[in-house]
Amino acid sequence: MGKLFVEERQIVIPGDQLATGMDYLPAGGAYRNGEDIRSSVLGVLTMNGRVLRVIPLKSQYRPRSGDMVICKIAEMTNNVWFAQLTESRDGVLTQREVPEYINDGDDLSHYYNYGDYVLAKIVTATRTSIALTLKGPGLRKLRGGRLVEVNPARVPRIIGKQGSMIGTIKDKTGCRMIVGQNGVVWLQGSPQQEGVAMAAIDLICEKGHLQGLTDIVGAFIDERMKDVTDVEEVSHNDAGKMHADEEQPTRTARPQRSEGRSQRGRRE
Amino acid sequence: MSKIKRAEGRAVDGLRPMEAKVGVVPSADGSAMFKIGKTIAIASVRGPRKLHPKFLQNPEQGRLRCFYNMVSFSGSGDRVRPGPNRRTKEINLVMESALAPALNLKQFPNCAIDVFINLVQTDAGTRCAAITAAAMALADAGFEMKDMVAAVAVGMSGGNVIADLDYIEDSAEDGVDIPIAMMPNEGKITLLQLDGKIAPKSLDEALKLAKVVCKKIYDVQRKALADHYTIADEPTKKVTKKATKKAKKEAKK
Repeated sequence: MGKLFVEERQIVIPGDQLATGMDYLPAGGAYRNGEDIRSSVLGVLTMNGRVLRVIPLKSQYRPRSGDMVICKIAEMTNNVWFAQLTESRDGVLTQREVPEYINDGDDLSHYYNYGDYVLAKIVTATRTSIALTLKGPGLRKLRGGRLVEVNPARVPRIIGKQGSMIGTIKDKTGCRMIVGQNGVVWLQGSPQQEGVAMAAIDLICEKGHLQGLTDIVGAFIDERMKDVTDVEEVSHNDAGKMHADEEQPTRTARPQRSEGRSQRGRRE
Repeated sequence: MSKIKRAEGRAVDGLRPMEAKVGVVPSADGSAMFKIGKTIAIASVRGPRKLHPKFLQNPEQGRLRCFYNMVSFSGSGDRVRPGPNRRTKEINLVMESALAPALNLKQFPNCAIDVFINLVQTDAGTRCAAITAAAMALADAGFEMKDMVAAVAVGMSGGNVIADLDYIEDSAEDGVDIPIAMMPNEGKITLLQLDGKIAPKSLDEALKLAKVVCKKIYDVQRKALADHYTIADEPTKKVTKKATKKAKKEAKK
């Protein structure tokens, strides 16, 4: 019979022996070394029956096909764009993967220019190349708003179980919000609303290893929103005026996208 | 044997007082400070990021780069000329090969993981302190690691096999310096250098001693890493304790 050396929700460091014996199984963040199961990351231990998993406190983004990412157009050639997913990885966006019809010989920067941020989906991801697409519900260029970069390990917590956390932030601050799997978060609301949402995200990143975070964040936002003077209705009107052309079509697409979000949350 | 006392009353297998802290450089992806006696190493990790110049890129695996640096005021005598020189080049190389076995570099093709180590104060044992700090910083950055890496110098001075030499012992006429880095759980050695003359028997003894003292350094590492996050949940408790104490004092007044 195997032996367990750690407790649920304990913080473990790389190389820590979690258990011994073949009746325990290593999952993500753990590995087997002979009879022993060891941790391979700094993280929080979770147990599911006899399966041991270490949820990392920080990590690097590993692209997977189907991921929704927010990335910056960094480079382009005659027929493709290169979008930066992380500091180290670029994705390729080809002409046929964008919704616009592009005439032969058109200047690509006319459609997506250097520095533009897009919400894209990964079609295929291999060790050395990533193919992106902009064809799909909700995928588009991001106009206005602001971006926050977080550690990819915190993305599942920002989304929450079945999108509970992102739902809380959206409802309570009145911001629009998209979380890319690569750890880039897009926010749009009035300046003060955005400020509150950003502070909430900072809080999640700081306390991401604690339980019952949605309630803490909910209370935090309620407290902060008391000071917000630019009220919701006004900001909504502002947003409507500023992005009238963009707001109309996306408004219908929005519920659909948030559904997609929550599904992703479930998978995490 | 253990009755022989060294400078500062240390036992032969005694380490200098140690201190470790994680997350000391907020702008880095991961960082750590390790202090042993008067030697202080601050490591910060950045990456993975694209490796340039491009011909250095390897599509098979990423590359770990270490940048060891003694800051100008770190020594006890003259100003240390900072920046790369022959000695730091060697140390960068041995540090890379000491840390790489613990990492899974295959995950990061064409990329570099940079580890910057600054020694703000030195009293021998700098490469070991640097490796210890760097391993903590890499773990803090969230890299997948097979095991931690703990490093310490063992050696001989005054005819005794001793652990964690300070500058006086290290630079003594008969001083033998053996910097060793180990993966403590795996029990594998990732760095072994030897500077001086030593009998095979004494070397065996020194290596045995190194295994024991590396575990002690590992304990400091694990405490620093675990505490960084467990203490983070405490503040509310601490505040309330303080608050209650204050309230009691005021009540007494």
